[in-house]
Amino acid sequence: MSAIPTGMSASMATTSPDTPLLLVQGAEKRFGGLQALSDVGISIERGQIYGLIGPNGAGKTTFFNVITGLYTPDAGRFELNGKPYSPTAVHEVAKAGIARTFQNIRLFAEMTVLENVMVGRHIRTHAGAWAAMLRLSAQRREEAEIRERAMQLLDYVGIARYAPFQSRTLSYGDQRRLEIARALATEPSLLALDEPAAGMNATEKLALRELLESISRDGKTILLIEHDVKLVMGLCDRVTVLDYGKVIAQGLPDDVKRDKAVIEAYLGASNE
Amino acid sequence: MQFPSFKDNPLAAYGATAAIALALLALPFLAGTQGNGWVRIIDFALLYVMLALGLNIVVGYAGLLDLGYVAFYAVGAYLYALLSSPQLAENFEFIRQMFPDGLHNSIWLVVPLGAGLAALFGAMLGAPTLRLRGDYLAIVTLGFGEIVRIFLNNLNAPINITNGPQGITNIDPIEIGGISLGKTQTFFGIEVPSVYLYYYLFLILAILIIIVTIRLQDSRLGRAWMAIREDEIAAKAMGINTRNVKLLAFAMGASFGGVAGAMFASFQGFVSPESFTLMESVVIVSMVVLGGMGHAPGVILGAILLYAIPEVLRYVAKPAQLAIFGQELVAPEALRMLLFGLSMVVIMLYRPAGLWPARQHGNSVVPAEKASNEATPAATGAGQP
Repeated sequence: MSAIPTGMSASMATTSPDTPLLLVQGAEKRFGGLQALSDVGISIERGQIYGLIGPNGAGKTTFFNVITGLYTPDAGRFELNGKPYSPTAVHEVAKAGIARTFQNIRLFAEMTVLENVMVGRHIRTHAGAWAAMLRLSAQRREEAEIRERAMQLLDYVGIARYAPFQSRTLSYGDQRRLEIARALATEPSLLALDEPAAGMNATEKLALRELLESISRDGKTILLIEHDVKLVMGLCDRVTVLDYGKVIAQGLPDDVKRDKAVIEAYLGASNE
Repeated sequence: MQFPSFKDNPLAAYGATAAIALALLALPFLAGTQGNGWVRIIDFALLYVMLALGLNIVVGYAGLLDLGYVAFYAVGAYLYALLSSPQLAENFEFIRQMFPDGLHNSIWLVVPLGAGLAALFGAMLGAPTLRLRGDYLAIVTLGFGEIVRIFLNNLNAPINITNGPQGITNIDPIEIGGISLGKTQTFFGIEVPSVYLYYYLFLILAILIIIVTIRLQDSRLGRAWMAIREDEIAAKAMGINTRNVKLLAFAMGASFGGVAGAMFASFQGFVSPESFTLMESVVIVSMVVLGGMGHAPGVILGAILLYAIPEVLRYVAKPAQLAIFGQELVAPEALRMLLFGLSMVVIMLYRPAGLWPARQHGNSVVPAEKASNEATPAATGAGQP
C-alpha cells in the first residue's frame, strides 16, 4: 500500500517530537443545567491511534464537537502541534489540521463521489472567483491537481471505481470510506473519526479496521470515538474512558480494560 | 453540456456549434418577418435567461432560496435610468449646472457600476441572513424585494430622486462605439432595426453569463457552494468559510441581475416600480426550479419556456377561443396565470427535479463490480498487499 497521497504543502510537524500532537486540558462544556464535560483532558502523541470510549451519553460526541469547534467550550486549553488553537469556528479548526467525520454520515449527497473528495481540497487550494471565471492557467493547473489528488485518495480507500457516481448511491460501508477519504483530502495532522463502525456488520468492521491500520501506518494520527469496545481495544494505542462527562480511566487498552471504574461504568457496580 | 458523441468527434462538434451560431444570428430576421413584436419577445426572453442564470447561482448552486431577486434587477435598472436620463438634472440644481443636458454616461461606466451596486445590495441582503435557511430565508428575502420596490415608489418626496410611481422616462438607448442601438442602423446595405441590435447585444451578454456560470460550476468555488447546499455543517468541517462563500453567491447572483436591469432600462427607455413586483421574483424562481435547479441548460430552457409561452398565448389565446367557442371565455391574462400555475403543479408532480436536471450518475446503474464488492468488502479494503 502506498503512502497517503498528500498535497504539495504536506502538513508535516515542525515542532519537536515530544510535544503531543493534540493536548486538551480542563475542557468544560455545560448545556443549561447539564454539565456535559467537566475537566476533560487528553494528550495524543504523533502517530497514535487514540480511542475515546464510554457508555451512551458519556459525553464522547460532545467532547468531539468541542475539539472540532462545533460547540464552543466554556473553558479549557487546546493545543495542536504545540500551538494553541481556539475551537470556536469549525472551518478554522479544519484549517489548523483536524479533519473529522460524522457519527451519522454527512456526505454531499447529490454530488459525485469524486466531487466530495475534491471539496476536501478546498482549504489547501486557492483559486477564487475571478480565476475561475477567466479560467486562468494557474486555476486550470490547480483544478487538475485537485482532481488527481482526489482520485488518488479514492484509490487509497478503495472506492476509486465509483468516482463518477452520486455519493448517496454508495453502500453504507463505502460511504464511510468516502467520508474518510474526504477528511484525508484536507491533509489533516489529526484525523478524528466519530463512531466510524456504527451500524457496520462484522466484515465491514474488519475492512474498516484494516483501512485505519494502514492510515496509521502511513503516519497519520487518529482519534477514534467508538462504541465497539472490542474494535477499540484491538486497534488503539491509548484509550480514554468517559462517563458522565468525566474521565474515569486513561492509559493502555489492557490496563483500562481491567480498571474497576470502567467495568462499573459499563456493567454497573456489583453491590448496587 | 458535453455530449459524449461530440467528444469523440470534434468535427461534428464544430459543425453543430457553427449551425447553432448561424441559427442564432439569423433568428431575429426570421422572427422579424412576422413583425418586430416577436423579436421584442425574444429580446425579453434573453433578459430573463440572464436573470434566471444569476438567480441559479444563489438558489441552484448555493441552495439559498431568494424570493427578492427582482430587487437587484431594479437596482441595475434604476442606476442606469438615473445616470443616463435627464431625471437627476431636472431635479437637482447642482447637477443641472454641471450637466445642462442631463446625465448621459457611457455604458462602459454604467453597466459595471450597475453590476457592482447590485453586488453590494446582494451582500447587504446576504449579511443579515447568513444563519437563515429555507422558509425563513425566503421570507426575509421576500421582504427585502418589497422594501426596495417600495423605496423606489416613494423616493419622490421630499426630494425627487426616482420620480415615484410615474417612473423615469427618456432613458438613453445604449450606444456602443458611436452606434446607437436605439434606432435602425444600416450595415453593408442591410437595415437592422433597433430591436435586432438589442437582440445581438443581449445574446452576447447571455452567452457571457452562460460561460461564466458553467465555469464557476466546475470550480473550487462552485463546489463549495454545492457543498453548502448539500450539508452546511459538513462543508464547514471541510474548512469552507461558509459566511464568505455564501456572501459571494449572493453578490455574484445579484451582479448578473444588475446587468440585466441596466439592459432592461435602456431597452424600454422607461422604468417604474411596477416592473419590479414580487410576481417577477416568483416567476424568476419558477424558471430556475422548473428548468432544473443548478443546471445551466435546464435553467435557460426554463427561462425561455416560462417567458415565451405566456407571450405566445397573448397572441394565440383570443383567436383560438373565438374559433373554438365563438366568443372569448377567458381573458388571455387570466389564462396565462392559470396555465402558469397548472404547469408548475404538473412539473412538481412528474418531474420534481425540473425539466432538464443535472446529470444523475448512478441512479439506475449498479455497476457489476459493486455486487461482488458487497459480498467481500474486505477485498476492497486498503492495506491489502
